Amino acid sequence: METNAISRRNFLRTSSLAGTALCLGFYFPANAKKEQLMSAATADQLGFEFNAWMRIDTDGKVTLTDHRAEMGQGSYQSVPQIIAEELEVDLKDVNIIFAIGDPTKYGSQITGGSSTIRGSYKRLLKLSATAREMLITAAAAKWNVAASECYAESGNVVHKPTGKKFHYGELVTDASKLTPPTEVKLKNIADYKLIRKPLNRMDTPMKTNGVAIFGLDKKVPGMVYAAVERSPRLRGKIKSFDDAAALKVPGVKQVFKIQMLVFNTTRDGVVVIADSTWAAMQGRKALHIEWDDTGFDHINTADIYKAHEELLQKEEGLSFKKQGDPDSILAKADKKIDVIYQTPYQAHAAMEPLNCVASYQPDKIEIWGPIQAPDWVQGDIAGKFKMPKEKVIVNMTFLGGGFGRKAFLDYTYEAVAISKEIGAPVQVVWTREDDIRQGPYRAGISYRGQGSLENGEISALKFKMAGQNIDHWNGPARGHANESTAEGFLKPYYDSIKNISFADVPYEMPLPNMWWRSVYASTNGFAYESFINEMAVLAGQDQLEFRRKYLKEERCQQLIDRLEEVSGWKSRKKNEGYGVAITECFDSTVGQVVKVSRKPDGKVKIDQVWAVMDCGWYVNPDIIRAQVEGSIVMALGAATIHEITFKDGLVEQHNFYDYLMPRMSDMPPVEVHIMENTADAGGVGEPGLPPFSPALTDAIYDLTGKRVRKLPFNMNTI
Amino acid sequence: MISITVNGQHHDIDADPNMPLLWVLRDILGLTGTKFGCGAAQCGACTVHLNGEAVRSCVTKINRAAGQNIVTIEGLSDNNNHPLQLAWNEISVPQCGYCQSGQIMSAAVLLRENPNPTDQDIDDAMSGNICRCGTYQRIRSAIHKAAAMQPEGAKL
Repeated sequence: METNAISRRNFLRTSSLAGTALCLGFYFPANAKKEQLMSAATADQLGFEFNAWMRIDTDGKVTLTDHRAEMGQGSYQSVPQIIAEELEVDLKDVNIIFAIGDPTKYGSQITGGSSTIRGSYKRLLKLSATAREMLITAAAAKWNVAASECYAESGNVVHKPTGKKFHYGELVTDASKLTPPTEVKLKNIADYKLIRKPLNRMDTPMKTNGVAIFGLDKKVPGMVYAAVERSPRLRGKIKSFDDAAALKVPGVKQVFKIQMLVFNTTRDGVVVIADSTWAAMQGRKALHIEWDDTGFDHINTADIYKAHEELLQKEEGLSFKKQGDPDSILAKADKKIDVIYQTPYQAHAAMEPLNCVASYQPDKIEIWGPIQAPDWVQGDIAGKFKMPKEKVIVNMTFLGGGFGRKAFLDYTYEAVAISKEIGAPVQVVWTREDDIRQGPYRAGISYRGQGSLENGEISALKFKMAGQNIDHWNGPARGHANESTAEGFLKPYYDSIKNISFADVPYEMPLPNMWWRSVYASTNGFAYESFINEMAVLAGQDQLEFRRKYLKEERCQQLIDRLEEVSGWKSRKKNEGYGVAITECFDSTVGQVVKVSRKPDGKVKIDQVWAVMDCGWYVNPDIIRAQVEGSIVMALGAATIHEITFKDGLVEQHNFYDYLMPRMSDMPPVEVHIMENTADAGGVGEPGLPPFSPALTDAIYDLTGKRVRKLPFNMNTI
Repeated sequence: MISITVNGQHHDIDADPNMPLLWVLRDILGLTGTKFGCGAAQCGACTVHLNGEAVRSCVTKINRAAGQNIVTIEGLSDNNNHPLQLAWNEISVPQCGYCQSGQIMSAAVLLRENPNPTDQDIDDAMSGNICRCGTYQRIRSAIHKAAAMQPEGAKL
């Protein structure tokens, strides 16, 4: 009975859609392997909640949903660019909206792991081709002709023999009543009009005139503002606080204690509610709080790296991969090296500080904000506030950068908890200092590389890593190696190097850490590719030739050829340092060559960076170029400009005056090339980052003879 | 009451005279195109024009702007058609876009003062603006392109 009642309600709602729009979407059953494509009418028959990925109205207006966050990486352009291709509509006639968080309608929405395109392009192509075929079928039936005589173009179905046409809007009523075909023919790449074209991004105009709405720009009726003074140390508790001065600040309405959840720990804070952001911040400054931080180790950075080094010398760690017998070969070898690489802790420092608008009502929770994982937030809030999932509405705004930080659930939870406490919608605004000092951070990781040569060939490689594992929040003991131990390292090396091992030496530390753009590849890549360069030097061979010998896979060989050609590798001159690195990240391979020279004042400068990206099937070459350019700048900062350090358990940096950023004058010229092939799509937003620092330090070695093994280093003192 | 003119419109503001112009623009006037990035004049995301000069609105007290003319990104042009805005669109400069209002407002003062800036001029004028997405190379090209679009600018 109940099922029927739900079905009837759905019927009334979706059937009103069915007459006026063609809506297609997917249903992702929680326990099924494969999603189902369906129309509003089918969803109704099956009793599913329906939300369209694509909607065409009777006036011909096309509305496409971007199910992923737009944080700069271009989903707002690339998702519609895919859909419009197979649907045969012009992008200028398309309206784009962001999805709300709902994994049953959109599948995974976590915008991380460079997964938006590689994770959904096949599904999106099928969805839009299906809609096109339904419109063609509807037109053919109206004309009483064969569908094979009709084709779709620019939002119309055309009858080829007569030239008659119907606008899509005229067909949606009929098309919406059809059952979607199970098989549709997709276009050939050679016939693409939009995909693989360097189209300008549709979100650019609203990002040049102040119109784009980021999380911090969101206002809802009755909203107040909150600033929170949180414990400067994780697990810090409040001993006492005095709010008398804060409450005297004009505009301040209320002060109370709050507890933010950080993974499986908590962080105490004091909330100041006010009628403007400024008043809330002033009230916060006027608070007097005494913290009890006895529950937290008073850590120093130097101790962390000292502990890493000891572990790497003493422990064998947990084996991640082993082939052959590198240990006995290394023991006997005459020609070998044994070195340590170190990488720093890093903050994400997205330009838009964290913020979230939350409105808690007894029967509904609504959130707006810069959110990378709306589906995770929905599940998290529903669980923690005991609200049915469908009553938790998570709206994504544009994100002013994310880099992994905005896929975390602390700030959204805290905003809802504050709204619940005050019984009003609230915007919680983090300051830059909160962003830099609270974490979570990319963990600093140390590596030990051991390798030997026999007759100029690599006879054994042995790598160990020691550092905090992102997974360690899930339980106290892991018992198995970090699954990302070898991330970044190219798999074809395994075919040509017979004796090789990777191990993870567990190192526990209660500092909050999590993924940061390109995740483990961002640090692994530096160690492993630097080591390959060191082995090439030991062998007295050219670094690029050395790689050509070990990376026999065809796509790698082509990438190396291209890198050699575009960088003028063979025509390098005296007094120029050239360095190279090639890494894999999220199913894409990127190679970079960096060229450095000395300025008249003796300082080293980067003259040029050449990058070659092989991401297989791709959507927009200009977005790929932009992402690689940006990844290189982020890598440059992490390699040469900034790091997070700890003293007595406190972060030593505060704001951009002591957590410095690359600026215009630091920008080297970057040239990006894209390999043309039709292999399955790989990621784009992150893979350009890992090869930069090993290529740069290799170029510096080439120029100066100095090998940099610890990041960050100062370009001015090399 | 503090009187200010923003994008040609007169406003009487009832606020703490120490409130930075940034929060007056964003929270009181609803002009959210000007961004909060650091609160310490370090990143340039909050750059606006005060009597034609580029200032960091996050550290400019509203008191200091009393009786003066302010232009924000919303008022830079009538129709998103300032040469810089056109060039930004043509070159697809923004990624996340959060810093770009400030970048454009800084570049607008540069171009007015120096219609044909060199790379070094751009480095000098734009080094107060951080872009975490790393769009610097495109910002540089777009400034050169916008310079060429101006009647008095050099042709590329």
